[in-house]
Amino acid sequence: MLFDIEVNGKTIKARRGDTLLMALERNGIKVPTLCHMKDLLPSGACRMCVVEVEGRQGLIPACSHPVEEWMRVRTHSPRVVKARKTNTELLLSNHHDDCLYCERNGNCELQKFAEDLNVRERRFYGKKNKYKTDPSSASLLRDPAKCILCGRCIRVCEEIQKITALDFIGRGNKVQVGPAFNKGMNLSSCINCGQCVMVCPTGALAEKQYPAKLQDALHNPTVKTVIQCSPTLSVTLAEEFGLRPGKDIEGVMYAALRKLGFDFVFDTSFSADLLITEQATEFYNRLKSGTALPMFSSCCPAWIKYAEQTHPNLLANISACKSPQQMLGALISNHLAPGAGIKADDIYSVSAMPCIAKKFESQREEMTHKGITDVDLVLTTRELARLIRLNGIDIQQVEPELSDQPYQSRSSAGKMLAVSGGLTEAFIRTLHFVITGKETSDLKIQELRSTKGRKEYFVKIGEYKLGFAVVNGIGNIEPLVAEIKKGRTDIHYIEVMACEGGCVGGGGQPIHPENDNVKARAKSIYELDEKESNRFAHQNASLQDVYRAFLKQPGSDISLTHLYTTYEEREVMK
Amino acid sequence: MQATLDEIISRYKAGSREALLPLLQDIQIEYGYLNEEAILKVGQHIKLPSSKVYGIATFYDQFRFVQKGRFHIKVCRGTSCHMHGSSGILREVERVLNIKEGNTTRDGRFSLEAVSCMGACGSAPVINVNGEFKTAISIPDIALIIDHYKNTI
Repeated sequence: MLFDIEVNGKTIKARRGDTLLMALERNGIKVPTLCHMKDLLPSGACRMCVVEVEGRQGLIPACSHPVEEWMRVRTHSPRVVKARKTNTELLLSNHHDDCLYCERNGNCELQKFAEDLNVRERRFYGKKNKYKTDPSSASLLRDPAKCILCGRCIRVCEEIQKITALDFIGRGNKVQVGPAFNKGMNLSSCINCGQCVMVCPTGALAEKQYPAKLQDALHNPTVKTVIQCSPTLSVTLAEEFGLRPGKDIEGVMYAALRKLGFDFVFDTSFSADLLITEQATEFYNRLKSGTALPMFSSCCPAWIKYAEQTHPNLLANISACKSPQQMLGALISNHLAPGAGIKADDIYSVSAMPCIAKKFESQREEMTHKGITDVDLVLTTRELARLIRLNGIDIQQVEPELSDQPYQSRSSAGKMLAVSGGLTEAFIRTLHFVITGKETSDLKIQELRSTKGRKEYFVKIGEYKLGFAVVNGIGNIEPLVAEIKKGRTDIHYIEVMACEGGCVGGGGQPIHPENDNVKARAKSIYELDEKESNRFAHQNASLQDVYRAFLKQPGSDISLTHLYTTYEEREVMK
Repeated sequence: MQATLDEIISRYKAGSREALLPLLQDIQIEYGYLNEEAILKVGQHIKLPSSKVYGIATFYDQFRFVQKGRFHIKVCRGTSCHMHGSSGILREVERVLNIKEGNTTRDGRFSLEAVSCMGACGSAPVINVNGEFKTAISIPDIALIIDHYKNTI
């Protein structure tokens, strides 16, 4: 039901049941927020969204106050602006003013408040805390000294991801955010999904960076540098350079990477095709023998860590296939290097991912041989963009190029791994071929393209009636696991992606607190699939060459040696 | 005989979050502090992540995370004691024991806690050692008091 309220002297329509903030936003009136998170209950803690309501003595937080008929609101009166400015000044009073040296310099909500509210002098001096950074996690760097205690990381971890690795510790002016016992993140139940980084307004949470090594490798003539780019990268990187969100700049990206000095530039979509081909065979074998079903997907490293620490009894059900990143890493070490006459030690293998958990994955013991990692360095989308800027490359002036042989071609199926449900769609296409020997004509499975937390799809392939489930965001997995433990048997394959929306919504993606570009990226992936000539992973021409020359066939001994892995139970502070 | 951790925990229903504070209190009464094992076990019992249990426990001043010493010294930092110079008293105790407030000496003999008010405002400043009040003390008294307990079995 709609009714009128007066805001800043004008009448606007408001809906019963909405908060004041929702009513204002719906009418295009912007009120700054800090602790507010879309789709979660308001906490009303930060007081940045306060407004003046006639007849009320105090200022009212718009985020947590229901909109009512009698209201006459002023959103930017002198009193309101002064309150917001004082709030900001108080937040700044004990803040470490090392903005120039901060990861989030230029993209910081606190900085923006100070700028928008015209804070030009320091009115309050608070005692600066002496918290140390926590570098213990392979993926995440936590710097509590920069934290302004908005609580968004805690909420995303607890209420959306349902991991609860973080909480407020202590009280009063000694409060800080940290994991249990304020120990290192590496001992906590953190799954490295990085969603906390995505919501952090300041530089208190960021990806762990290993910067110096790469520039050295790029300029060392004896080192052959190799980079692989996640299927997600090409539809995301454009945003970092002010282009339209979702714009596909695949060729330009490869050209830019060559300009950076990489000797080989590959697309991880190639090994996504490889993963799908191997996994479809693995699944078909399980299906025939009726063992270890349902099979869980294995390409999300955050999900793998979650399973290891929470559901050790399900580890046998997880596909033994390595993730596309690690598969390509293994191929580069064991197929490309010997083929090109390069010593494995002379290769510096880099990957660019929309993910920070991939950093952790690349350092897992199972992913190394004699102490040498298959993938030496993982960059997030953000880091890659920074690297391109650092080297003075103007992305708008670069002519598109192809990625390198021998892993040049890809199908759009491999590309689909970027979105939640995309892996399952691509998987079904190849599985259909593996089971029936024929290609499916059903190339658009609408059930798997929704934004729901859990998607299910049932289909008959050959003689098998199969059920597929997609877990879109790790916070949605527990109900499904409970159903399976209770004896549900109609689901045979389960795709789990820890981040909502899949990798396009990953924790290594560009941080724009105000625009949600996840949908635009996903749309671009689906459009790409529509236009692509090869939409089947197993038809990838380069992949077929690699099978002929090296791997022989899916599930061969060579495949098993290089492309498969194991998981083990992990003790963490749950 | 001291109740084991599991015994204390089993007094409360599994999965009941409202048991959190009583449980932590019971454990502290029995052991004098909350250690990691206790927090992890409490979390498992009432189905609350350990980060939350620790977060809540650290919110309340009453919970300790370091084992108490053989002699537990409370220094009153209430209004009346403050007016009579208790900040200097606290600093002196910290200096003599060479520990910060909230900690325990390495030999486990002394632990130090600053508290808000012990209801002996008329005799300010006061400290309390294992329940025994020392009233209207001055800074030079501190070393003597601590010496006394150093030699007490």
